[in-house]
Amino acid sequence: MEPIIRTENLSIQFGGHKAVDKVNFEMPEKHFKSIIGPNGAGKTTFFNLISGELKPTEGDVFFKGQSIAKLSSIERTRIGLGRSFQITNVFPNLTVLENVRLAVQSKEKVRFHFLKHYLHYKKITEKAVELLDQVLLSNKIHAIASQLSHGEKRKLEIAMLLALDTEVLLLDEPTAGMSLEEVPAILEVIKSIKEQGNKTILLIEHKMDMILDLSDSIMVLFNGKLLADGTPTEIMNNTTVQNAYLGGLYDGELVETS
Amino acid sequence: MNQPALLSKQNIIFAILLVVLVAFPFVADSRTLTILLTQIFIFGILAMSYDILLGYTGIVSFGHAMFFGIGAYSTAIMLKEIQPTIPVFIGSIVVGMVLAGILSFFVGLLTLRLKSHFFAMLTLAISGLLLVVAEKWRSVTKGNDGFTFRAPDVFKDRIVFYFCVLACLVIVFLILRRFVNSPLGRVLIAIRENEQRTRSLGFKTLHYKVISSIVAGVIASLAGSLYAISLRFVNTSMMTMDITLDALLMTIIGGVGTLVGPLVGSVVIEFAQHYLSGLARDYPIFERWIIFFGIIYILAVVFFPKGIVGSILTKISKWKQRDQVPLPESKERSK
Repeated sequence: MEPIIRTENLSIQFGGHKAVDKVNFEMPEKHFKSIIGPNGAGKTTFFNLISGELKPTEGDVFFKGQSIAKLSSIERTRIGLGRSFQITNVFPNLTVLENVRLAVQSKEKVRFHFLKHYLHYKKITEKAVELLDQVLLSNKIHAIASQLSHGEKRKLEIAMLLALDTEVLLLDEPTAGMSLEEVPAILEVIKSIKEQGNKTILLIEHKMDMILDLSDSIMVLFNGKLLADGTPTEIMNNTTVQNAYLGGLYDGELVETS
Repeated sequence: MNQPALLSKQNIIFAILLVVLVAFPFVADSRTLTILLTQIFIFGILAMSYDILLGYTGIVSFGHAMFFGIGAYSTAIMLKEIQPTIPVFIGSIVVGMVLAGILSFFVGLLTLRLKSHFFAMLTLAISGLLLVVAEKWRSVTKGNDGFTFRAPDVFKDRIVFYFCVLACLVIVFLILRRFVNSPLGRVLIAIRENEQRTRSLGFKTLHYKVISSIVAGVIASLAGSLYAISLRFVNTSMMTMDITLDALLMTIIGGVGTLVGPLVGSVVIEFAQHYLSGLARDYPIFERWIIFFGIIYILAVVFFPKGIVGSILTKISKWKQRDQVPLPESKERSK
Protein backbone atom coordinates (compact mmCIF):
# COMPACT_ATOMS: atom_id res chain seq x y z
CA MET A 1 0.00 0.00 0.00
CA GLU A 2 1.13 3.52 -0.78
CA PRO A 3 2.44 5.16 2.39
CA ILE A 4 0.39 8.24 3.31
CA ILE A 5 3.45 10.24 4.26
CA ARG A 6 6.93 9.64 2.99
CA THR A 7 10.04 11.77 3.20
CA GLU A 8 13.08 11.49 1.01
CA ASN A 9 16.42 12.76 2.27
CA LEU A 10 14.53 15.46 4.11
CA SER A 11 17.02 18.02 5.42
CA ILE A 12 17.06 21.56 6.67
CA GLN A 13 20.01 23.63 7.59
CA PHE A 14 20.02 26.75 9.73
CA GLY A 15 23.35 28.33 8.95
CA GLY A 16 25.90 25.66 9.70
CA HIS A 17 23.54 23.66 11.86
CA LYS A 18 21.80 20.71 10.28
CA ALA A 19 18.59 20.56 12.27
CA VAL A 20 17.15 17.72 10.24
CA ASP A 21 19.60 15.64 8.29
CA LYS A 22 18.59 13.31 5.46
CA VAL A 23 15.61 11.73 7.12
CA ASN A 24 13.94 8.98 5.14
CA PHE A 25 10.77 7.70 6.66
CA GLU A 26 7.36 6.56 5.66
CA MET A 27 4.19 5.60 7.41
CA PRO A 28 1.15 3.71 6.19
CA GLU A 29 -2.39 5.00 6.52
CA LYS A 30 -4.20 4.77 9.86
CA HIS A 31 -0.94 4.15 11.61
CA PHE A 32 0.12 5.58 14.96
CA LYS A 33 3.74 6.61 15.05
CA SER A 34 5.57 8.44 17.79
CA ILE A 35 8.70 10.46 17.40
CA ILE A 36 11.11 10.53 20.31
CA GLY A 37 14.49 12.04 20.80
CA PRO A 38 16.30 14.33 23.24
CA ASN A 39 15.66 18.06 23.27
CA GLY A 40 17.07 19.69 20.19
CA ALA A 41 17.01 16.48 18.20
CA GLY A 42 14.96 18.18 15.52
CA LYS A 43 11.56 16.65 16.26
CA THR A 44 9.57 19.86 16.01
CA THR A 45 11.61 21.03 13.04
CA PHE A 46 10.80 17.74 11.36
CA PHE A 47 7.13 18.44 12.05
CA ASN A 48 7.45 21.91 10.66
CA LEU A 49 8.89 20.47 7.47
CA ILE A 50 6.01 18.06 7.09
CA SER A 51 3.33 20.63 7.93
CA GLY A 52 4.89 23.26 5.70
CA GLU A 53 5.87 25.85 8.30
CA LEU A 54 9.41 25.43 7.05
CA LYS A 55 10.75 24.63 3.61
CA PRO A 56 13.45 21.94 3.37
CA THR A 57 16.87 22.89 2.07
CA GLU A 58 17.11 19.44 0.57
CA GLY A 59 14.83 16.47 0.00
CA ASP A 60 11.13 16.16 -0.42
CA VAL A 61 7.93 15.30 1.42
CA PHE A 62 5.30 13.12 -0.21
CA PHE A 63 1.65 12.91 0.75
CA LYS A 64 -0.12 9.96 -0.85
CA GLY A 65 2.67 9.72 -3.36
CA GLN A 66 2.50 13.38 -4.39
CA SER A 67 5.32 15.75 -3.65
CA ILE A 68 4.03 18.53 -1.39
CA ALA A 69 7.27 20.42 -0.85
CA LYS A 70 5.92 23.39 -2.82
CA LEU A 71 2.65 23.64 -0.95
CA SER A 72 2.20 26.21 1.80
CA SER A 73 1.05 25.14 5.23
CA ILE A 74 -2.50 26.29 4.43
CA GLU A 75 -2.63 24.13 1.35
CA ARG A 76 -1.25 21.20 3.26
CA THR A 77 -3.93 21.63 5.90
CA ARG A 78 -6.53 21.66 3.17
CA ILE A 79 -5.34 18.44 1.57
CA GLY A 80 -5.28 16.65 4.88
CA LEU A 81 -2.31 17.41 7.11
CA GLY A 82 -3.40 19.01 10.34
CA ARG A 83 -1.08 19.86 13.16
CA SER A 84 -1.22 21.01 16.74
CA PHE A 85 1.39 23.27 18.20
CA GLN A 86 3.71 22.75 21.11
CA ILE A 87 2.90 26.18 22.44
CA THR A 88 -0.83 26.47 22.85
CA ASN A 89 -2.03 28.66 20.10
CA VAL A 90 -5.70 29.46 20.36
CA PHE A 91 -7.76 32.63 19.95
CA PRO A 92 -7.32 34.01 23.46
CA ASN A 93 -10.25 36.41 23.67
CA LEU A 94 -12.86 34.26 22.04
CA THR A 95 -14.93 31.63 23.79
CA VAL A 96 -14.04 27.96 23.60
CA LEU A 97 -17.03 27.31 21.37
CA GLU A 98 -16.09 30.20 19.09
CA ASN A 99 -12.58 28.80 18.73
CA VAL A 100 -13.80 25.42 17.61
CA ARG A 101 -16.54 26.91 15.48
CA LEU A 102 -13.95 28.77 13.44
CA ALA A 103 -12.12 25.55 12.76
CA VAL A 104 -15.33 23.78 11.76
CA GLN A 105 -16.19 26.73 9.57
CA SER A 106 -12.93 26.28 7.72
CA LYS A 107 -13.58 22.58 7.27
CA GLU A 108 -17.12 23.18 6.04
CA LYS A 109 -15.78 25.72 3.56
CA VAL A 110 -17.97 28.47 4.97
CA ARG A 111 -15.38 31.07 4.23
CA PHE A 112 -16.67 34.17 2.50
CA HIS A 113 -20.34 33.90 3.41
CA PHE A 114 -21.55 37.24 4.65
CA LEU A 115 -25.29 37.29 4.09
CA LYS A 116 -26.47 35.23 7.01
CA HIS A 117 -25.78 35.58 10.72
CA TYR A 118 -23.16 33.09 11.78
CA LEU A 119 -25.50 31.53 14.34
CA HIS A 120 -27.81 30.49 11.52
CA TYR A 121 -25.23 27.94 10.50
CA LYS A 122 -26.55 25.46 13.06
CA LYS A 123 -24.61 22.51 11.72
CA ILE A 124 -21.34 24.24 12.48
CA THR A 125 -22.31 24.94 16.05
CA GLU A 126 -23.58 21.43 16.55
CA LYS A 127 -20.38 19.93 15.18
CA ALA A 128 -18.31 22.19 17.41
CA VAL A 129 -20.29 21.15 20.48
CA GLU A 130 -19.85 17.51 19.55
CA LEU A 131 -16.09 17.91 19.23
CA LEU A 132 -15.86 19.66 22.56
CA ASP A 133 -17.70 16.72 24.02
CA GLN A 134 -15.16 14.38 22.54
CA VAL A 135 -12.22 16.21 24.10
CA LEU A 136 -14.01 16.45 27.46
CA LEU A 137 -14.42 20.19 27.40
CA SER A 138 -18.20 20.44 27.22
CA ASN A 139 -18.36 22.04 30.66
CA LYS A 140 -16.26 24.99 29.48
CA ILE A 141 -18.06 25.81 26.27
CA HIS A 142 -18.69 29.46 27.05
CA ALA A 143 -15.45 30.16 28.87
CA ILE A 144 -13.00 32.61 27.33
CA ALA A 145 -10.07 30.64 25.96
CA SER A 146 -7.43 32.67 27.79
CA GLN A 147 -9.00 31.72 31.12
CA LEU A 148 -8.58 28.00 30.56
CA SER A 149 -5.93 26.00 32.35
CA HIS A 150 -3.01 24.82 30.31
CA GLY A 151 -4.39 21.32 30.02
CA GLU A 152 -7.76 22.60 28.90
CA LYS A 153 -6.11 24.75 26.25
CA ARG A 154 -4.41 21.68 24.89
CA LYS A 155 -7.73 19.90 24.76
CA LEU A 156 -9.17 22.87 22.92
CA GLU A 157 -6.24 22.75 20.56
CA ILE A 158 -6.97 19.09 19.83
CA ALA A 159 -10.66 19.84 19.30
CA MET A 160 -9.72 22.49 16.73
CA LEU A 161 -7.40 20.07 15.02
CA LEU A 162 -10.11 17.42 14.93
CA ALA A 163 -12.54 19.97 13.57
CA LEU A 164 -10.42 20.30 10.47
CA ASP A 165 -11.04 16.59 9.98
CA THR A 166 -7.71 15.95 8.33
CA GLU A 167 -6.55 12.44 7.57
CA VAL A 168 -3.22 12.99 9.24
CA LEU A 169 -2.84 14.49 12.70
CA LEU A 170 0.52 15.86 13.72
CA LEU A 171 0.50 16.22 17.50
CA ASP A 172 3.42 18.16 18.87
CA GLU A 173 3.84 17.27 22.52
CA PRO A 174 0.22 17.46 23.59
CA THR A 175 1.20 17.01 27.22
CA ALA A 176 4.00 19.58 27.32
CA GLY A 177 3.99 21.68 30.43
CA MET A 178 1.00 19.90 31.86
CA SER A 179 0.45 19.03 35.47
CA LEU A 180 0.48 15.31 36.20
CA GLU A 181 -3.22 15.06 36.92
CA GLU A 182 -4.09 16.57 33.55
CA VAL A 183 -2.09 14.05 31.53
CA PRO A 184 -4.48 11.06 31.79
CA ALA A 185 -7.32 13.11 30.30
CA ILE A 186 -5.24 13.98 27.24
CA LEU A 187 -4.14 10.39 26.94
CA GLU A 188 -7.81 9.43 27.07
CA VAL A 189 -8.64 11.88 24.30
CA ILE A 190 -5.83 10.71 22.04
CA LYS A 191 -6.78 7.10 22.69
CA SER A 192 -10.36 7.76 21.72
CA ILE A 193 -9.18 9.36 18.48
CA LYS A 194 -6.99 6.37 17.79
CA GLU A 195 -9.80 3.96 18.52
CA GLN A 196 -12.06 5.64 16.01
CA GLY A 197 -9.53 4.24 13.61
CA ASN A 198 -9.77 6.64 10.70
CA LYS A 199 -6.79 8.86 11.39
CA THR A 200 -3.10 8.59 10.77
CA ILE A 201 -1.35 10.05 13.78
CA LEU A 202 2.16 11.26 14.23
CA LEU A 203 2.99 12.18 17.80
CA ILE A 204 5.94 13.89 19.43
CA GLU A 205 6.11 13.02 23.10
CA HIS A 206 8.48 12.61 25.99
CA LYS A 207 6.33 10.49 28.27
CA MET A 208 7.52 6.97 27.48
CA ASP A 209 4.68 5.12 29.17
CA MET A 210 2.20 7.04 27.08
CA ILE A 211 4.15 6.35 23.89
CA LEU A 212 4.44 2.65 24.56
CA ASP A 213 0.75 2.53 25.34
CA LEU A 214 -0.34 4.22 22.10
CA SER A 215 2.18 3.67 19.34
CA ASP A 216 2.19 1.17 16.52
CA SER A 217 5.74 2.23 15.79
CA ILE A 218 8.33 4.64 17.12
CA MET A 219 11.01 6.59 15.36
CA VAL A 220 13.99 8.08 17.11
CA LEU A 221 15.64 11.30 16.05
CA PHE A 222 19.05 12.22 17.33
CA ASN A 223 20.97 15.31 16.23
CA GLY A 224 18.68 15.63 13.25
CA LYS A 225 19.34 12.11 12.05
CA LEU A 226 16.93 9.22 12.01
CA LEU A 227 18.45 6.83 14.49
CA ALA A 228 15.92 4.05 14.46
CA ASP A 229 12.41 3.28 13.34
CA GLY A 230 10.48 0.23 14.44
CA THR A 231 7.91 -1.28 16.72
CA PRO A 232 8.02 -0.22 20.37
CA THR A 233 9.68 -3.50 21.35
CA GLU A 234 12.37 -3.13 18.71
CA ILE A 235 13.09 0.41 19.76
CA MET A 236 13.28 -0.39 23.43
CA ASN A 237 15.71 -3.19 22.75
CA ASN A 238 17.82 -1.20 20.32
CA THR A 239 21.16 -0.60 22.01
CA THR A 240 22.02 2.50 19.98
CA VAL A 241 18.79 4.11 21.06
CA GLN A 242 19.37 3.15 24.64
CA ASN A 243 22.78 4.73 24.58
CA ALA A 244 21.78 7.84 22.74
CA TYR A 245 18.47 8.72 24.23
CA LEU A 246 17.38 6.59 27.05
CA GLY A 247 20.87 6.58 28.44
CA GLY A 248 20.20 3.33 30.25
CA LEU A 249 17.67 5.09 32.37
CA TYR A 250 14.89 2.79 31.34
CA ASP A 251 16.94 -0.35 31.64
CA GLY A 252 15.03 -1.61 34.59
CA GLU A 253 11.63 -1.10 33.04
CA LEU A 254 12.68 -2.33 29.67
CA VAL A 255 12.62 -5.92 30.67
CA GLU A 256 9.08 -5.61 31.89
CA THR A 257 7.66 -3.77 28.92
CA SER A 258 9.22 -5.90 26.22
CA MET B 1 -26.10 29.34 21.06
CA ASN B 2 -29.58 30.63 20.47
CA GLN B 3 -30.30 32.19 17.17
CA PRO B 4 -30.29 35.95 17.15
CA ALA B 5 -33.79 37.16 17.95
CA LEU B 6 -35.29 40.04 16.07
CA LEU B 7 -36.77 41.42 19.24
CA SER B 8 -33.68 41.24 21.39
CA LYS B 9 -33.09 43.84 24.07
CA GLN B 10 -30.42 45.39 21.91
CA ASN B 11 -32.69 45.78 18.92
CA ILE B 12 -35.43 47.33 21.03
CA ILE B 13 -33.00 49.91 22.35
CA PHE B 14 -31.88 50.69 18.82
CA ALA B 15 -35.47 51.04 17.68
CA ILE B 16 -36.30 53.46 20.50
CA LEU B 17 -33.18 55.47 19.74
CA LEU B 18 -34.14 55.58 16.09
CA VAL B 19 -37.65 56.82 16.90
CA VAL B 20 -36.15 59.57 19.06
CA LEU B 21 -33.79 60.61 16.27
CA VAL B 22 -36.57 60.58 13.69
CA ALA B 23 -38.82 62.66 15.94
CA PHE B 24 -36.02 65.04 16.88
CA PRO B 25 -36.24 67.60 14.04
CA PHE B 26 -40.00 67.92 14.57
CA VAL B 27 -39.74 68.42 18.29
CA ALA B 28 -36.63 70.54 18.68
CA ASP B 29 -36.48 73.41 16.29
CA SER B 30 -32.77 73.99 16.58
CA ARG B 31 -30.94 74.43 13.32
CA THR B 32 -27.50 74.17 14.92
CA LEU B 33 -28.36 70.98 16.69
CA THR B 34 -29.80 69.43 13.53
CA ILE B 35 -26.63 70.28 11.66
CA LEU B 36 -24.50 68.98 14.50
CA LEU B 37 -26.41 65.71 14.56
CA THR B 38 -26.04 65.38 10.80
CA GLN B 39 -22.33 65.84 11.26
CA ILE B 40 -22.31 63.23 14.01
CA PHE B 41 -24.07 60.73 11.76
CA ILE B 42 -21.59 61.31 8.94
CA PHE B 43 -18.59 60.86 11.17
CA GLY B 44 -20.33 57.92 12.79
CA ILE B 45 -20.41 56.23 9.39
CA LEU B 46 -16.74 57.03 8.86
CA ALA B 47 -15.76 55.78 12.31
CA MET B 48 -17.74 52.57 11.88
CA SER B 49 -15.95 51.92 8.61
CA TYR B 50 -12.65 52.54 10.35
CA ASP B 51 -13.62 50.13 13.09
CA ILE B 52 -14.04 47.35 10.52
CA LEU B 53 -10.31 47.72 10.00
CA LEU B 54 -9.11 48.57 13.47
CA GLY B 55 -11.57 46.86 15.75
CA TYR B 56 -12.58 43.82 13.76
CA THR B 57 -9.61 42.92 11.62
CA GLY B 58 -6.91 44.49 13.77
CA ILE B 59 -5.40 46.55 10.97
CA VAL B 60 -4.12 50.01 11.83
CA SER B 61 -4.45 52.30 8.83
CA PHE B 62 -3.35 55.91 8.79
CA GLY B 63 -4.69 56.51 5.32
CA HIS B 64 -8.39 56.22 5.85
CA ALA B 65 -8.97 59.85 4.93
CA MET B 66 -8.09 59.17 1.32
CA PHE B 67 -11.27 57.17 0.83
CA PHE B 68 -13.25 59.85 2.59
CA GLY B 69 -11.65 62.39 0.25
CA ILE B 70 -12.40 60.30 -2.82
CA GLY B 71 -16.08 60.24 -1.92
CA ALA B 72 -16.13 63.94 -1.19
CA TYR B 73 -14.40 64.89 -4.42
CA SER B 74 -16.49 62.51 -6.55
CA THR B 75 -19.67 64.05 -5.30
CA ALA B 76 -18.43 67.63 -5.45
CA ILE B 77 -16.98 67.34 -8.94
CA MET B 78 -19.94 65.52 -10.42
CA LEU B 79 -22.51 67.85 -8.92
CA LYS B 80 -20.58 70.87 -10.13
CA GLU B 81 -19.70 69.59 -13.60
CA ILE B 82 -22.91 67.77 -14.51
CA GLN B 83 -25.83 69.18 -12.58
CA PRO B 84 -26.98 69.35 -8.97
CA THR B 85 -29.75 66.78 -9.03
CA ILE B 86 -30.53 63.73 -6.97
CA PRO B 87 -29.72 61.15 -9.68
CA VAL B 88 -26.32 62.72 -10.19
CA PHE B 89 -25.82 62.76 -6.45
CA ILE B 90 -26.61 59.06 -6.20
CA GLY B 91 -24.43 58.39 -9.21
CA SER B 92 -21.58 60.29 -7.59
CA ILE B 93 -21.90 58.20 -4.45
CA VAL B 94 -21.64 55.06 -6.56
CA VAL B 95 -18.68 56.44 -8.51
CA GLY B 96 -16.93 57.38 -5.27
CA MET B 97 -17.58 53.95 -3.82
CA VAL B 98 -16.27 52.19 -6.90
CA LEU B 99 -13.14 54.34 -7.00
CA ALA B 100 -12.57 53.87 -3.29
CA GLY B 101 -13.18 50.15 -3.70
CA ILE B 102 -10.62 49.86 -6.46
CA LEU B 103 -8.06 51.92 -4.60
CA SER B 104 -8.56 50.07 -1.33
CA PHE B 105 -8.25 46.79 -3.21
CA PHE B 106 -4.83 47.75 -4.49
CA VAL B 107 -3.73 49.34 -1.26
CA GLY B 108 -4.83 46.20 0.53
CA LEU B 109 -3.16 43.91 -1.94
CA LEU B 110 0.11 45.79 -1.96
CA THR B 111 0.42 46.56 1.66
CA LEU B 112 -1.47 44.01 3.70
CA ARG B 113 1.33 41.56 3.21
CA LEU B 114 3.28 43.74 5.59
CA LYS B 115 3.24 43.53 9.34
CA SER B 116 0.99 45.95 11.17
CA HIS B 117 3.12 49.03 11.75
CA PHE B 118 4.70 48.84 8.29
CA PHE B 119 1.22 48.70 6.85
CA ALA B 120 0.28 51.77 8.87
CA MET B 121 3.31 53.64 7.51
CA LEU B 122 2.52 52.67 3.93
CA THR B 123 -1.09 53.75 4.15
CA LEU B 124 0.15 57.03 5.51
CA ALA B 125 2.49 57.37 2.54
CA ILE B 126 -0.17 56.51 -0.02
CA SER B 127 -2.71 58.90 1.42
CA GLY B 128 0.03 61.54 1.53
CA LEU B 129 0.65 60.90 -2.13
CA LEU B 130 -3.02 61.26 -2.92
CA LEU B 131 -3.17 64.48 -0.95
CA VAL B 132 -0.36 65.92 -3.04
CA VAL B 133 -2.13 64.85 -6.21
CA ALA B 134 -5.30 66.57 -5.04
CA GLU B 135 -3.36 69.71 -4.23
CA LYS B 136 -1.47 69.85 -7.52
CA TRP B 137 -4.24 68.78 -9.86
CA ARG B 138 -5.72 72.26 -9.71
CA SER B 139 -7.76 72.03 -12.89
CA VAL B 140 -10.02 69.49 -11.24
CA THR B 141 -9.71 70.01 -7.52
CA LYS B 142 -8.82 73.69 -7.28
CA GLY B 143 -6.10 72.60 -4.89
CA ASN B 144 -6.06 73.70 -1.32
CA ASP B 145 -8.54 76.53 -1.96
CA GLY B 146 -11.19 74.02 -2.88
CA PHE B 147 -14.45 75.03 -4.49
CA THR B 148 -18.08 75.39 -3.64
CA PHE B 149 -20.86 73.70 -5.52
CA ARG B 150 -24.62 73.55 -5.47
CA ALA B 151 -26.21 70.67 -3.69
CA PRO B 152 -29.44 69.19 -5.08
CA ASP B 153 -32.31 71.54 -4.23
CA VAL B 154 -34.04 69.06 -1.94
CA PHE B 155 -31.09 69.20 0.41
CA LYS B 156 -31.52 72.93 0.87
CA ASP B 157 -33.91 71.89 3.57
CA ARG B 158 -31.58 70.79 6.35
CA ILE B 159 -34.20 68.45 7.72
CA VAL B 160 -34.44 66.50 4.48
CA PHE B 161 -30.70 66.10 4.46
CA TYR B 162 -30.81 65.10 8.12
CA PHE B 163 -33.17 62.27 7.28
CA CYS B 164 -31.15 61.26 4.26
CA VAL B 165 -28.00 60.94 6.36
CA LEU B 166 -29.86 59.20 9.16
CA ALA B 167 -31.18 56.67 6.64
CA CYS B 168 -27.65 56.09 5.34
CA LEU B 169 -26.42 55.63 8.90
CA VAL B 170 -29.09 53.08 9.72
CA ILE B 171 -28.54 51.16 6.49
CA VAL B 172 -24.76 51.15 6.92
CA PHE B 173 -25.13 50.10 10.53
CA LEU B 174 -27.41 47.21 9.64
CA ILE B 175 -25.22 46.09 6.75
CA LEU B 176 -22.05 46.25 8.81
CA ARG B 177 -23.69 44.49 11.72
CA ARG B 178 -24.68 41.65 9.46
CA PHE B 179 -21.22 41.73 7.93
CA VAL B 180 -19.34 41.40 11.21
CA ASN B 181 -21.72 38.76 12.50
CA SER B 182 -21.46 36.65 9.39
CA PRO B 183 -19.07 33.71 9.12
CA LEU B 184 -16.81 36.03 7.14
CA GLY B 185 -16.86 38.55 9.97
CA ARG B 186 -15.94 35.84 12.46
CA VAL B 187 -12.86 35.09 10.42
CA LEU B 188 -11.93 38.79 10.52
CA ILE B 189 -12.17 38.69 14.31
CA ALA B 190 -10.06 35.55 14.31
CA ILE B 191 -7.42 37.39 12.28
CA ARG B 192 -7.41 40.19 14.83
CA GLU B 193 -6.99 37.70 17.64
CA ASN B 194 -4.31 35.51 16.11
CA GLU B 195 -3.52 35.79 12.44
CA GLN B 196 -1.02 32.96 12.28
CA ARG B 197 -3.49 30.59 13.89
CA THR B 198 -6.22 31.66 11.49
CA ARG B 199 -3.91 30.82 8.63
CA SER B 200 -3.11 27.43 10.06
CA LEU B 201 -6.84 26.70 10.22
CA GLY B 202 -6.80 26.96 6.45
CA PHE B 203 -8.06 30.51 5.90
CA LYS B 204 -6.16 32.64 3.43
CA THR B 205 -5.92 35.67 5.66
CA LEU B 206 -4.74 38.06 2.96
CA HIS B 207 -8.05 37.65 1.11
CA TYR B 208 -9.97 38.51 4.23
CA LYS B 209 -7.84 41.51 4.99
CA VAL B 210 -8.32 42.83 1.47
CA ILE B 211 -12.08 42.35 1.76
CA SER B 212 -12.07 44.18 5.06
CA SER B 213 -10.03 46.96 3.53
CA ILE B 214 -12.45 47.28 0.60
CA VAL B 215 -15.55 47.35 2.79
CA ALA B 216 -13.98 50.00 5.01
CA GLY B 217 -12.88 52.06 2.00
CA VAL B 218 -16.25 51.95 0.28
CA ILE B 219 -18.16 52.98 3.38
CA ALA B 220 -15.69 55.75 4.12
CA SER B 221 -16.28 57.05 0.62
CA LEU B 222 -20.02 57.21 1.32
CA ALA B 223 -19.30 59.26 4.43
CA GLY B 224 -17.14 61.56 2.31
CA SER B 225 -19.91 62.09 -0.24
CA LEU B 226 -22.36 63.02 2.48
CA TYR B 227 -19.86 65.29 4.16
CA ALA B 228 -19.23 67.19 0.95
CA ILE B 229 -22.96 67.78 0.56
CA SER B 230 -23.29 68.96 4.14
CA LEU B 231 -20.63 71.62 3.56
CA ARG B 232 -21.41 72.28 -0.12
CA PHE B 233 -17.73 72.83 -0.33
CA VAL B 234 -14.73 70.62 -0.77
CA ASN B 235 -11.01 71.12 -0.38
CA THR B 236 -7.95 69.06 0.33
CA SER B 237 -8.39 69.25 4.11
CA MET B 238 -10.84 66.36 3.69
CA MET B 239 -7.98 64.09 2.80
CA THR B 240 -5.61 65.11 5.54
CA MET B 241 -4.44 63.17 8.52
CA ASP B 242 -6.92 65.09 10.70
CA ILE B 243 -9.82 63.14 9.28
CA THR B 244 -8.06 59.83 9.82
CA LEU B 245 -7.19 60.85 13.38
CA ASP B 246 -10.78 61.85 14.04
CA ALA B 247 -11.95 58.45 12.88
CA LEU B 248 -9.23 56.74 14.89
CA LEU B 249 -10.03 58.63 18.08
CA MET B 250 -13.78 58.22 17.72
CA THR B 251 -13.26 54.51 17.38
CA ILE B 252 -10.86 54.27 20.30
CA ILE B 253 -12.86 56.48 22.64
CA GLY B 254 -16.14 54.83 21.73
CA GLY B 255 -14.78 51.31 21.90
CA VAL B 256 -12.98 49.25 19.30
CA GLY B 257 -14.50 46.03 18.12
CA THR B 258 -18.09 47.19 18.49
CA LEU B 259 -20.19 49.05 15.97
CA VAL B 260 -21.97 51.14 18.57
CA GLY B 261 -18.64 52.29 19.96
CA PRO B 262 -17.63 54.43 16.98
CA LEU B 263 -21.08 56.01 16.99
CA VAL B 264 -20.76 56.90 20.66
CA GLY B 265 -17.25 58.18 19.97
CA SER B 266 -18.61 60.32 17.18
CA VAL B 267 -21.23 61.82 19.48
CA VAL B 268 -18.68 62.55 22.21
CA ILE B 269 -16.08 64.09 19.96
CA GLU B 270 -18.39 66.15 17.80
CA PHE B 271 -20.19 67.54 20.85
CA ALA B 272 -16.91 68.23 22.58
CA GLN B 273 -15.54 69.97 19.51
CA HIS B 274 -18.70 72.01 19.16
CA TYR B 275 -19.04 73.11 22.77
CA LEU B 276 -15.37 73.55 23.59
CA SER B 277 -14.87 75.84 20.62
CA GLY B 278 -18.14 77.57 21.50
CA LEU B 279 -16.86 78.35 24.98
CA ALA B 280 -14.15 80.51 23.47
CA ARG B 281 -16.59 83.41 23.32
CA ASP B 282 -16.73 83.61 27.11
CA TYR B 283 -13.39 82.21 28.14
CA PRO B 284 -10.49 83.15 25.87
CA ILE B 285 -8.53 80.10 26.96
CA PHE B 286 -10.93 77.95 24.99
CA GLU B 287 -9.61 79.43 21.82
CA ARG B 288 -7.00 76.77 22.42
CA TRP B 289 -9.72 74.17 22.84
CA ILE B 290 -7.50 71.60 21.19
CA ILE B 291 -5.52 71.47 24.44
CA PHE B 292 -8.60 70.45 26.37
CA PHE B 293 -9.41 68.03 23.66
CA GLY B 294 -6.02 66.43 24.12
CA ILE B 295 -6.70 66.13 27.83
CA ILE B 296 -10.02 64.44 27.13
CA TYR B 297 -8.28 61.98 24.86
CA ILE B 298 -5.64 61.16 27.42
CA LEU B 299 -8.17 60.69 30.19
CA ALA B 300 -10.38 58.54 27.99
CA VAL B 301 -7.53 56.28 27.00
CA VAL B 302 -6.25 55.99 30.57
CA PHE B 303 -9.61 55.34 32.22
CA PHE B 304 -11.46 53.57 29.42
CA PRO B 305 -8.79 51.57 27.62
CA LYS B 306 -11.54 49.56 25.96
CA GLY B 307 -13.46 52.66 25.04
CA ILE B 308 -16.75 53.78 26.52
CA VAL B 309 -18.85 51.00 25.05
CA GLY B 310 -16.18 48.37 25.63
CA SER B 311 -15.90 49.30 29.31
CA ILE B 312 -19.65 49.23 29.75
CA LEU B 313 -19.89 45.82 28.09
CA THR B 314 -17.16 44.46 30.36
CA LYS B 315 -19.01 45.80 33.41
CA ILE B 316 -22.24 44.20 32.26
CA SER B 317 -20.67 40.82 31.57
CA LYS B 318 -18.91 40.86 34.95
CA TRP B 319 -22.16 41.77 36.63
CA LYS B 320 -23.97 38.95 34.88
CA GLN B 321 -21.26 36.46 35.81
CA ARG B 322 -21.49 37.47 39.44
CA ASP B 323 -25.18 36.71 39.34
CA GLN B 324 -24.65 33.29 37.87
CA VAL B 325 -21.75 31.71 39.69
CA PRO B 326 -20.32 33.46 42.70
CA LEU B 327 -16.59 32.95 42.45
CA PRO B 328 -14.77 32.24 45.70
CA GLU B 329 -12.81 35.50 45.50
CA SER B 330 -15.82 37.66 44.87
CA LYS B 331 -17.57 36.15 47.86
CA GLU B 332 -14.76 37.25 50.11
CA ARG B 333 -14.75 40.67 48.58
CA SER B 334 -18.44 41.16 49.19
CA LYS B 335 -17.94 40.49 52.89
